Amino acid sequence: MGIIKVKDLIFEYIRRDEEGNVEGITTAVDDVNLDISQGDFVSILGHNGSGKSTLAKHLNAILYPTEGTVWVDGKDTKNDEYLWDIRQTAGMVFQNPDNQIIGQVVEEDVGFGPENMGVPTKEIWERVEESLKAVGMYEFRKHSPNKLSGGQKQRVSIAGVIAMHPKCIILDEPTAMLDPKGRKEVIRAVRALNDVEKITVILITHYMEEVIYSDKVYVMDKGKIALQGTPREIFSQVERLRELRLDVPQVTLLAHELRQEGFPIAEGILTKEEFAEAIDRCADMI
Amino acid sequence: MLRDITLGQYYQTDSIIHRLDPRVKLVATIAFILSLFIFDGVAEYVIAALFLIIMIKLSKVPFKFMVKGMKAIVFLLAITIVFNLLLTPGEPVFTVWKLSITKEGIRLAAFLTIRLSFLVIGSSIMTLTTTPNQLTDGMESLMRPLKKIKVPVHEIAMMMSIALRFIPILMEETDKIMKAQMARGADFESGNFIKKAKSLIPLLVPLIISAFRRANDLAMAMEARCYRGGEHRTRMKPLCYKKRDFAAYAVILLYLAAGLMADRLVKMVVVLL
Repeated sequence: MGIIKVKDLIFEYIRRDEEGNVEGITTAVDDVNLDISQGDFVSILGHNGSGKSTLAKHLNAILYPTEGTVWVDGKDTKNDEYLWDIRQTAGMVFQNPDNQIIGQVVEEDVGFGPENMGVPTKEIWERVEESLKAVGMYEFRKHSPNKLSGGQKQRVSIAGVIAMHPKCIILDEPTAMLDPKGRKEVIRAVRALNDVEKITVILITHYMEEVIYSDKVYVMDKGKIALQGTPREIFSQVERLRELRLDVPQVTLLAHELRQEGFPIAEGILTKEEFAEAIDRCADMI
Repeated sequence: MLRDITLGQYYQTDSIIHRLDPRVKLVATIAFILSLFIFDGVAEYVIAALFLIIMIKLSKVPFKFMVKGMKAIVFLLAITIVFNLLLTPGEPVFTVWKLSITKEGIRLAAFLTIRLSFLVIGSSIMTLTTTPNQLTDGMESLMRPLKKIKVPVHEIAMMMSIALRFIPILMEETDKIMKAQMARGADFESGNFIKKAKSLIPLLVPLIISAFRRANDLAMAMEARCYRGGEHRTRMKPLCYKKRDFAAYAVILLYLAAGLMADRLVKMVVVLL
């Protein structure tokens, strides 16, 4: 079993009127199965309302399944005994950087998680230093979070999670509120964590460019997993992605259009470099 | 612009007062305020003034920053002075129509002025030399005994520090909402007091809703980072007393003792001379 395993997960939001009668049931996550191995970089893509954030909140025991089971590091999230172990194993970074920074100074915020876990003072300082260095924010340790840019704040949030020494980080649309520069900073920091520290990363996003480096991509639609595979497999299906109201990265789209026009270019081109090569080969042929 | 607002009025510099443990400063401020109300006599106030001057010098904070705090109480001060002057019964010095200024009135008004201004200056020394963070930490630590009677000390301190963290964010948000509404023709400037207050309602409603949303997000983020109240929690920056802190406590005791014995001290000096 991998670090995170989800079996037949169903989650229903129950809407009630003022008297508490059930008005309607929305199935946000519908029969999802996942198995994520330690050290993987997994992306979950989906349109707004596809249930991807709801799924993410199950992986950290913030929400509990209506039906089915979620195991984090072999522990069932429904079992309250393991609640804190699970939250420590699977750290979570949220969308809005302002609403998840608790400390008034960067280093204090990073220390918040370890403080809650009861880590001794000396070790907290070591952890804070090492996590801030891991996301490249060490020089800002004495700053007030209010004076940082969005990307920097989000890197501080990531450092705050790493300081808890998790085996897995779940990032719930960490770049949705950032500008392109901030997005790049954050994704670079996340990739470095996965490459260097071998932390399992689950990235939830709707930006296609961010998923091209992942080992596996899941595409969600209406609470179900609609597609899964490597980024190349996923982005080869341009038409299907359009049906799911998702875009593909610009290069991939360009390659696809050219192919439609009869140029001999392979499907599923992900990066500019690959595209340049393909064009070269194409030019040689003609 | 609004991002730069730091709450409280912390003045960044390095002095012995800045380096003192926040608990010492809290206790000292309370002791000083109490002493102002116990003291009753010229000699005592001279001692209090000397103590205050030494503290101001030691804190290396320019005096004008402390006077700033006085602006807030000018009105209050004026009223107390007028009422005390006119309404204290006693030996009249100066009479206009039915109102007379008495000797006792002058004395009372003078003492009250000194009391209130010393109080404000004394407490601003504390807020100018202590970061809001240290203050909440200090309060949490000092109030710890209250835990025995089920006062949620840790929770109160946590709420205070979160409030401090979110004030600049909410200010920025207010600014954004105001601009958004002004762009659509809202008017926050003109009109009388009531009209202005009314125009604030469409500002407050979205602000409060967004504050609740933020609170919800923050609570989730805190839980995701294993926050479960004050139990089992360790501190990244634990407060611990150093030698200078004990010395400071001794200074406070000395000050109180000197103040309480001021009368006798004066008599001794007089006798000796």
